[in-house]
Amino acid sequence: MTASRLAGGGSHIDRARTVNFEFDGRRLTGLAGDSLASALLANGLDVVGRSIYHDRPRGIVAAGPEEPNALVQVAWPSGASEPMLRATTVALEDGLRAWSLAGHGRLETVDGGIDAGRFDSRHAHVEVLVIGAGRAGRAAAAAARLAKPGERVMLIDSYPTATGDGVVAGTTALGIYDHGYVTAVQRRPSPQTEGRLWHVRAGRIVVATGAIERPIVFADNDRPGVMLAGAAATYIDRYGVRPGERAVIFTNNGTTDAVAATLRRAGTELVETVDFRRGETVVGTRGDDAGRLTGVDVARADGTTETVAADLLLVSGGWNPSVALWTHAGGRLRYDPAISAFVPDQRGPNGRIAVVGAAAGEIEGLGPIVPAWVVPPPGGPSEDGWAKHYLDLGRDATIRDLHRALDAGLESIEHLKRYTTIGTGSDQGKTSGVVTSAIAAAILGQDVGAVGVPTYRPPTVPVSFAQLAARDRGLLADPIRVTSIQPWHAANGAVFEDVGQWKRPHHFPRPGETVDEAVRRECEVARTSVAMMDASTLGKIDVQGPDSGIFLDRVYTNTFSTLKVGSCRYGLMCRADGMVLDDGVTSRLADDRFHMTTTTGNAAVVLDHLEEWLQTEWPELRVHATSVTEQWTTVAVVGPQARAVVSRLVPDLDVSQAAFPFMTWREAVIAGTAGRVFRISFSGELAYELNVPTWHGLALWEAVLAAGRAFGITPYGTQAMHVLRAEKAYPIIGQETDGTVTPQDLGLGALVSTKKDFIGRRSHRRPDNLRPDRKQLVGVLPVDPAFVLPEGAQLVAPDADLGRIPVPMLGHITSSYDSAALGRSFALALVKGGRERIGQTVLAPLVDRTVEAVITESVLFDPENARRDGVAQP
Amino acid sequence: MTGGGLLAGSGPGAGSGVLSGGGLMARSPLDGSIVSPGVRELPSQAEMSLRELPFLAQVGLRVDPAHEAAMAAVADVLGVRPPTVPNTALITEDGSGQVLWLGPDEWLVIGEPGTGPALESRLREALNGAGSVVDLSANRTTILVSGPRARDLLAFGCPIDLDERAFGPGRCAQTLLARANVIIVPVGPGPEPAFRILVRPSFAAYLAAWLADAALGLE
Repeated sequence: MTASRLAGGGSHIDRARTVNFEFDGRRLTGLAGDSLASALLANGLDVVGRSIYHDRPRGIVAAGPEEPNALVQVAWPSGASEPMLRATTVALEDGLRAWSLAGHGRLETVDGGIDAGRFDSRHAHVEVLVIGAGRAGRAAAAAARLAKPGERVMLIDSYPTATGDGVVAGTTALGIYDHGYVTAVQRRPSPQTEGRLWHVRAGRIVVATGAIERPIVFADNDRPGVMLAGAAATYIDRYGVRPGERAVIFTNNGTTDAVAATLRRAGTELVETVDFRRGETVVGTRGDDAGRLTGVDVARADGTTETVAADLLLVSGGWNPSVALWTHAGGRLRYDPAISAFVPDQRGPNGRIAVVGAAAGEIEGLGPIVPAWVVPPPGGPSEDGWAKHYLDLGRDATIRDLHRALDAGLESIEHLKRYTTIGTGSDQGKTSGVVTSAIAAAILGQDVGAVGVPTYRPPTVPVSFAQLAARDRGLLADPIRVTSIQPWHAANGAVFEDVGQWKRPHHFPRPGETVDEAVRRECEVARTSVAMMDASTLGKIDVQGPDSGIFLDRVYTNTFSTLKVGSCRYGLMCRADGMVLDDGVTSRLADDRFHMTTTTGNAAVVLDHLEEWLQTEWPELRVHATSVTEQWTTVAVVGPQARAVVSRLVPDLDVSQAAFPFMTWREAVIAGTAGRVFRISFSGELAYELNVPTWHGLALWEAVLAAGRAFGITPYGTQAMHVLRAEKAYPIIGQETDGTVTPQDLGLGALVSTKKDFIGRRSHRRPDNLRPDRKQLVGVLPVDPAFVLPEGAQLVAPDADLGRIPVPMLGHITSSYDSAALGRSFALALVKGGRERIGQTVLAPLVDRTVEAVITESVLFDPENARRDGVAQP
Repeated sequence: MTGGGLLAGSGPGAGSGVLSGGGLMARSPLDGSIVSPGVRELPSQAEMSLRELPFLAQVGLRVDPAHEAAMAAVADVLGVRPPTVPNTALITEDGSGQVLWLGPDEWLVIGEPGTGPALESRLREALNGAGSVVDLSANRTTILVSGPRARDLLAFGCPIDLDERAFGPGRCAQTLLARANVIIVPVGPGPEPAFRILVRPSFAAYLAAWLADAALGLE
């Protein structure tokens, strides 16, 4: 094969503009408008890689996305690189570098790798989407524009150099989904963007994807120089590139007549046309030391065989309409003997989708076709004789492999595909699929139509994960939610943790402090003086309407209808299965209005839960629930000195114990701004939660800092919050609970009303929820007070035989910390029949040791709740 | 108290996203240092203006549209009857606000900055217990996206059809912009496309960063 650029011709290239590029380290030139494949051929590069398993030299076979051999890694001038591209679909550009991947999709990082590229996605809404800008597609688009001039018509085409009125070039439809939703990938939509994923919603879809030529299988059919006939014409017509000098055509249909004419026009000598319809076949090929085609073994109708010298063998076994997109949308196929191919089983549109042109089976110039799939080995059929009859070039799969699969008893084309891997390569069997079906059908003695083809699935061409991720990566991978106080946290050295999408300060280390030291200090301050935290992420729901009290009675296990205006109550809510869904403090704002709080991570879940019951079960209740999570910034002021600090912030409010007792709330002017003050505590200490509209949040924080400065007020993070609440055995939903825990399991049975109905009540009476050996929340004290058990550690009985697997488990650690207040480590755990085991020793077998611990009551600090109203200061 | 200039390029604290008066200073979510690095400048080819409209009053209204007396009382307050056609918006009588349809019994009333609490009181009084009224002024901030390429910019991340014929002035939608829940309200008629994007404050920095990044993709 001696390919070269012709002196004239080439509808897609601009001969005035030279393009410099590199391939496998060689500096080459091409022309503007070239594909990488056409530029390689123009440079006489006929071997573009070696095959994946058999290490055989391979050349360019096709001119479009069906190319099975010319897989390349491309480094763009932008500094990004991308693997697994087909050279036939890469538009040449100045400075582009490419490497052969030798059949392997290696994820090599060249330059900045794929991560250096910009990939994005974009939505489009059109009345008509035409896929494929060939003659049929262009006609369909023109007709649509003419019929309704105002309508949006989008015309896309895979070829990077496709031209025409409004065509979006280099854009390949990946799949058709329900309701006219189509995804497509566009290469190089702009100089700064490597790729774009289109999400198109189309009123109507015209599939004009054309047809893909298929090979005929014969011995040594994989040599560089063996090419699909139509591809040769494409290289000549579009790119002015002649793929060889002495050509043989092997055909079974009329489309090669035009190819022959094109070759003659390009000055390629057409040595012979081997026409299957006349009983002639190509039985094999000859090659030089490098494996390149040098000759074609032709068997004539009279039984004679001759080797014909040639550097180009152009094969056409017919054309397969590109029906993958049609089948994505649920369209069915039938085998049409008139063209020896699978076609859509109906003419005209199926719903909103129509297939036109060659994709519908209208193969121009096909003429009478005699089915030709395979030429037996010259020496007659034998296992080894089939070893060089390549079915799938990308997978190096041969007819011998197909025979082995059939001999193993496989018959379904889906099973044959998986056993042989034929059609599973990056080209998804675009050239091999139907041929394989036909040969399998012949061996099985069935009709091709009965055997069928393997299911086509999106995407139609490989798409990189970088492209699918588009801009959702790095800092934009997922929204980072921050509170109004975030600027202060960041400026003051907070170490953050992710809580769902929220960034929350985990602790505020001082210079040189470790995490443990910082958390211990923050806890100590909260228990001895005063500390503050940003509690804004807490979910907040406004519940409003005359039936609000009734509604909350049904939602919570305990009673809220009796709560007085101005008061707050801790509530537990369960799902219908009786398991704890969430907890929080809810306050009565007015007779017909409550302010509910939820766990940070559960705010949306709880609102959905409320809406579901209101909308589906109790539509008669006059209640509305509105998320106000982000309306309010919440700052908790915690510790024995909290009252003194808060009194400075709310001078008009009487904050004395008598006037403003625990579990009440007041409207107040906080540092000059209207807000709400709640006397609730998540630490057991005297505490206030100050709420102001979000845009005042940062100023509130700074005002609290200023008011507390004289008391050494200290900000604390989520870790100290966890320790403080665990010392009081306040559960965290999602940490102490996992969807299998009832209020009774948590030791909160007193909060479960026996006088009213509520969601989950019936389930609490199920025998399984009454078992005495259910896992119950207890405290756990390691015998070594310096040792902090890992959360998640399993607990077993002290006499458990650790050598006998499985070891019966008693439960697991849910929370575990070092405690400044207790002067030792402690943990919470869910343990089978835990309350019966209080005082007993258990073992925690860890990776490197087994730790002894004692089961205790869960509330380890201030069990008599003496501190919540503040303590006398020395 | 017009729109803050943060995204239009003014420096920190220079925009009117800061409101001071008596009491605690108010800062709008995008007027500070919380915006991700590199989003303050837009590429010149973007032909785009992004700016925050801080502190707009927003009041959530829930009422059964079949409750004739309540709807009439609400209409008295707003000067316009809340729209019952899904995803539409009406201008209030004095032209200063908008009523957005969010659900069969749910609306969001938008007003001038500072008017939220008063609007909440008047609507609650008008409803007389027949529904729910909540001041949500601080629950979302507003980003104004305007310019000839505004639709192209939003199309990078918004799945709905933003074409003027499908989504012109008088419409509104609750949808996604990138990965943030937003309410989008086309503004107009005007010389060039413009959209108000209502987003919760915790997502505002993310969305501002996303918008600025998306503008880099406009060719």
